[in-house]
Amino acid sequence: MNIEELEFGLNTFGEVSAETPGGELLTEAETVRLVIDEAVLAESVGLDVFSIGEHYRNGHVDTAGHMILGTIAGRTDKIRLGTSVTVLSTQDPVRLFHNFSTLDAASNGRAQLILGRASSTDSFPLFGYDLADYEHLFEEKLELFMRLRSEQPVTWDGTVRPGLTEQHMSPALATPASIPTWIGVGGSPQSVIRAAHYGLPLMLAIIGGQPTRFAPYVDLYYRALDQFGHPRLPVGQHSLGLVADSDKEAIEAYWPEWNRAMLGASLDRGFPAPTRRQYDGEVEHGALFVGSPDTVAAKVADDMMDLDLTRFDFKYDIGNLSRGLRARSIELFGSEVAPRVRKLLADRMAAKTSESEPVAAGSEV
Amino acid sequence: MFDAKNLELKLGIVGAGKIGTGIARAAVAAGYDVAISGSGTVDRIALTIEVLVPGARAATTEDVIEHSDVVVLAVPTHRFRELDGDAFAGKILIDAMNYWEPIDGVDAELASAPRGTSAVVAGHFPSARIVKSLNHLGYHQFEEAKRPLEATDRVGIAAAGDDREAVASVMALIEALGFDAVDAGGLEEGIALGPGGPAFGRAYSAVELAAALDHGAAERASA
Repeated sequence: MNIEELEFGLNTFGEVSAETPGGELLTEAETVRLVIDEAVLAESVGLDVFSIGEHYRNGHVDTAGHMILGTIAGRTDKIRLGTSVTVLSTQDPVRLFHNFSTLDAASNGRAQLILGRASSTDSFPLFGYDLADYEHLFEEKLELFMRLRSEQPVTWDGTVRPGLTEQHMSPALATPASIPTWIGVGGSPQSVIRAAHYGLPLMLAIIGGQPTRFAPYVDLYYRALDQFGHPRLPVGQHSLGLVADSDKEAIEAYWPEWNRAMLGASLDRGFPAPTRRQYDGEVEHGALFVGSPDTVAAKVADDMMDLDLTRFDFKYDIGNLSRGLRARSIELFGSEVAPRVRKLLADRMAAKTSESEPVAAGSEV
Repeated sequence: MFDAKNLELKLGIVGAGKIGTGIARAAVAAGYDVAISGSGTVDRIALTIEVLVPGARAATTEDVIEHSDVVVLAVPTHRFRELDGDAFAGKILIDAMNYWEPIDGVDAELASAPRGTSAVVAGHFPSARIVKSLNHLGYHQFEEAKRPLEATDRVGIAAAGDDREAVASVMALIEALGFDAVDAGGLEEGIALGPGGPAFGRAYSAVELAAALDHGAAERASA
């Protein structure tokens, strides 16, 4: 683990914000502009990457994230611009490549992607796909997207879109495969194997339960990379949370929004309504990163050690969380949490090194 | 109380996704000899099983059926019809699947199923002894809640089926996996174990689970 190379990112699903906690909602258009401002803020507090999801449901404005990323590109210089996640199964890989090679050109090489199936599946009926075909759609489209990323021109034949004959893709990438592309997984072993097969980095979506449950998946990923003859590649974690000035403030501010979001999901999927006890459990030892900078930094550092992570993506929006709380959370995550995690990990690595390499006799002065 | 010594500790699992591998891990931990199959060739899941379920054997579905008298069906719900309907003749087949429209897409037969989705599964495997079970805890609840027999905070898992002997076998399996078993009644009562039902996604004790199932049944009867 090289401390300098650790990446800290923000994720948004374009959730409509409010002027004040529990107050008047922003319009959807205002929320789009807010997200752009938040990415500018993220860069100013030193964060490495800003990523937008893809959802097609009320209260989410992340349907055309590449447009938002394009605008962010014009207002920032360094921060990388990504997705979390792009629902590849229901996109045309050719169009997706065009959008992101253009973003990469406009932003001078800052575009990146996480591809996945996503846990919400609204895009399937919306764009006329059968959910039962998702594996096949993902598999074939990933194969094509990987070719588009690395070859020029491309000849391809398949079942999920018309074939390509000597197709030139413009704007061409500066160098082949230069758009970093990750695979997002939620717990399907086969998805882990697929990421390894294509030699793509792995993003673990950990949104409930104990994050250490994913350690066997990291092991599976490394073993599969070896088997396919690929080098070790990065593993990242995507989780939800809120950083505020104190634990109490964060926990109380996040609860109503998390509760509402989980209640909506429980009605959709027939699982029981969330409880405060469940929430407190998730904050205490589960997958919610809610608290003061010290609390959240300690928890992130634990996961990065336990799961051998080099990237941590923090989803900062949820429900109608107010713009002030979102801004403060971004500020604290970038200026306080990320540096503290780096320091905690550097200290732990140093402690490990001094344990394993006893000081030579006589070296004490 | 069941006696573990009288059980043949063999289990077959069809489906090597997060549910199938989670059940397999619990079964291996409980001392079972486990064979598990996925879609495609054995090679395709060999590494997954080696790493995620050390001690279990990756196999073809034919081998899994040969291996054990009790087989767990843990494939994506929209894909169970791809399996041969006669393949599980005489076997106890545990339907651990849930039909979720947001995950499985619209399946007219499963969406309407007046006697529950397990009745549709039973219709596809007419010669198997179907029991609905192992489906009502979320996969991370299942992993985190299992406890040894002597623990006082065991979580309940219910089984529903018309073949009472098969239900008794599945209840013994549940106990061995680290949970308290609850008899939910006939196969139709399995509706209560699925999405939207009173048992779904809840880590109840056996007593709470039985009460929730009784209460749900009373509500349906009066409706």
